Amino acid sequence: MWTTFMSWVDRRFPATETFEYHMSKYYAPKNFNFWYYFGVIATVVLVLQLVTGIWLTMSYVPTGDGAFASVEYIMRDVEFGWLLRYLHTTGASAFFVVVYLHMFRGLMYGSYREPRELLWLIGMAIFIAMMAEGFFGYLLPWGNMSYWAAQVIVSLFGAIPVIGGDLMEWIRGDFLISEITLNRFFALHVIALPLVLVMLVFVHIVALHHVGSNNPDGVEIKKNKNADGIPLDGIPFHPYYTIGHDLPGIVLFLIVFCAIVFYLPEMGGYFIEKPNFDEANPLKTPDHIAPVWYYTPFYAMLRAATYPLLGLDAKFWGFVVMAGAIVVPAMLPWLDRSPVKSIRYKGTTSKVMLAIFIVSFFILGYLGTIPPSIVATAAAQVCTVLYFGYFVLMPWYTRVEKTKPAPDRVTMR
Amino acid sequence: MKRSTWLFCALLLVPAFAFASEASKWKMEPFHPNLQDKPSLQRGARLFVNYCMGCHSLKFQRYERTADDLEIPHDIFMANLVFTGQKIGALMNNALPVEKSKAWFGAAPPDLTMVAKLRGGEWVYNYLKAFYIDDARPFGVNNMVFENVAMPDPFLQLQGTPVLACHQVPKIAVNGGEMRDPLVQGRAITEEKCGFIDVVQGTGQLNAQEFDQAVYDIVNFLYYVAEPARIERERLGIYVLLFLVVLYVFTALLGREYNKEVH
Repeated sequence: MWTTFMSWVDRRFPATETFEYHMSKYYAPKNFNFWYYFGVIATVVLVLQLVTGIWLTMSYVPTGDGAFASVEYIMRDVEFGWLLRYLHTTGASAFFVVVYLHMFRGLMYGSYREPRELLWLIGMAIFIAMMAEGFFGYLLPWGNMSYWAAQVIVSLFGAIPVIGGDLMEWIRGDFLISEITLNRFFALHVIALPLVLVMLVFVHIVALHHVGSNNPDGVEIKKNKNADGIPLDGIPFHPYYTIGHDLPGIVLFLIVFCAIVFYLPEMGGYFIEKPNFDEANPLKTPDHIAPVWYYTPFYAMLRAATYPLLGLDAKFWGFVVMAGAIVVPAMLPWLDRSPVKSIRYKGTTSKVMLAIFIVSFFILGYLGTIPPSIVATAAAQVCTVLYFGYFVLMPWYTRVEKTKPAPDRVTMR
Repeated sequence: MKRSTWLFCALLLVPAFAFASEASKWKMEPFHPNLQDKPSLQRGARLFVNYCMGCHSLKFQRYERTADDLEIPHDIFMANLVFTGQKIGALMNNALPVEKSKAWFGAAPPDLTMVAKLRGGEWVYNYLKAFYIDDARPFGVNNMVFENVAMPDPFLQLQGTPVLACHQVPKIAVNGGEMRDPLVQGRAITEEKCGFIDVVQGTGQLNAQEFDQAVYDIVNFLYYVAEPARIERERLGIYVLLFLVVLYVFTALLGREYNKEVH
C-alpha cells in the first residue's frame, strides 16, 4: 500500500530521491561532538519563532495607540498568550545564543575553509538578516526602551556624510520614530525578513549537503570512499544523527529553554529590559539606553570610536567600526592560510588568538550593557583592537606557526 | 565534554556581571512577594482600590481577572471593590481626567499596572514607606526614595504623621563590626545619623507593624497585577520540565541504541 503510494508520488515528485539525498543517504562524518548540536537547534528555534510569531500577530495591533496595550492584552486576556510571548522573546535570545555557538564551532574547526566558502557566506547573510529581524522586532512592543533603542540605532545612519539626515528620515518615514516607523518595522519583521531568513536557511542547507559537513578533525571524509562511493568515515544522517544524536540534544536544549521561559523569562532585564514596561514616550528618555544583550558587543565597539578622523566625526567612524565588526568574519575563508583546518592541529598562536577573540567578545558584550565611562571606553577600545586583531593578523599567524599533521581519517575522541 | 568545551564554559564566566548599587540615604528594606498568600493579595486589592485608585489606574488589568485570581466571589467583589458602576469584565480604569490631573499635580499620575516590573517590588515597597512631612513641598510631604515627587502621601491617616528624624546609631568599625567603648565594657560608641522617619505617636490608625503589613499587601497586590499569569506560569513550568526530563531519558536511550552501530 505504502510502496504503491510512494511510487505514485515519486513518478510525479522526487520525494524519495530528496529524502535520500538530504537525509538517509546524506553521509555525515561520524565524529560529530557537542558543538554539532547548534545547527539543528537553530533550525528548531527558527521554526519556534515563526510559529509563535504567527500566533502573536493574530492579537498584536501595530499602531501607536494600540501596540503597547495589545502586548499586555496578549499577556493577560489571550489564552496562553503569555506563553506565546515568552516563547518568542526567549526564542529571540536563544536564537542568538545557538547561532553564536554555531559560528564559534565554525571558527574552531575551520568550517569556512575551501570548499565551504559559500556556505560560510550564506551563514553570514543569515546572521545579518537575524540582526535586522531582531532590531525590527524589538520596536514592536512599543515600550520606552523599544522606542529609544530604535531612535539610537536609526540615528547612526545620520552619521553618514551628506546623505545621513535624509537617509534617517527615509528609514523612519517621519521626523522622529512614530507610528509610521512602527508600521514599516512591523511589515519588515513579520513578512520581509522571515521570508529572507527561511530562504537563506534553505540555501544554507542546500550548500551544506552539496559540499558535505566538516568535522572536528577538519579532514574531508569524501577523500576516502568504499567501492559503493560511500565515505568510509560517514554515517547516514538519518537515522544516526537525526535520532541518535540530535533528538536527545534538542530535548536537552528544550529543558534549559523552558526553564527560562517558565521561571526567568525576563532574565533579570537582559531578555526583556525594565524600561520596556513603560509605554514609548518621545519626551522621556530612559536613564541608560542599552540594546538587548546580543547586540552589545557591537554596540560597545560603536561607542569605542571616540576620535574624529579625516574631517568625519567619531560617530561615523563608530558606525564604520561596528559594521566592520559584523561583516569581517565573512572574510575568514581568505584570511586563514593554515595548512590544517581544525584548531586541534593548528599551532599555539591560533589557539591563543581564538581565546583572546572570545574573551574580548564577552568583555565587549558586558561593556555594551553599562553606561560609558573613561575606563569602560578604554577597555572597549583595547577589546576592539583585539577583536579585529584576530582577523587582520590571521594571514600572518596561520602561516608562520608550527602545525601538527592532520590525520587522513577522522578520529573518535 | 572535551577540553575545549570546558575552556569555553570557563570563559563564559570571565565578565563578572556586577552592578553598583545606587548610593542613597535611604536603606532599602527587602520585599519578598508571596502570590500564594491570597488574604494578603485580597487586602492589597482592597487598599489599592480605596487609597490608590482615585488617581492611579490599572488600565491593562480586568476586574474579573483580579476577582478570579484572588478568589473573591464576583458579587462580593462588585459590591466592595468596584465603585464606578463598571462591569466586571471592564479594565480597571479610573475617571481622573489626564489633562486636568497634569494641572493639579504637575504630572498625570502614572498607570500602575506594571510598576512592580518597571521599578521593582522592593522600590515600590520602600517608596510607599518613605514619605515624610516637608512644608517646602506643595503637598506638604516629600519622599526619601523619590525626592521631590509630585504625589501627596495617601497614608497620612493610616500611618500617622511621619517626620524626618536623626537617631544615635552604633558606629561601625573598618572591619564591619560595631565599635565598643574601651573604658566601659559593652557600651557602644554611637554617632548621630539622619534620614530616619519617625511617626508622631497616636496620629495614625495603624501601629507600625500593621502599617508595614498594609504596605506589603498593596505591593504584593501590585506584584501580582504586573503579571497575573505568573502563578499559572510557575505552576505549569514544573509539569513541562518533568515531561521533558522523561522525554530526554527515552530519547537518550533510543539514541544510544543507534550509536551502538557507529564504530
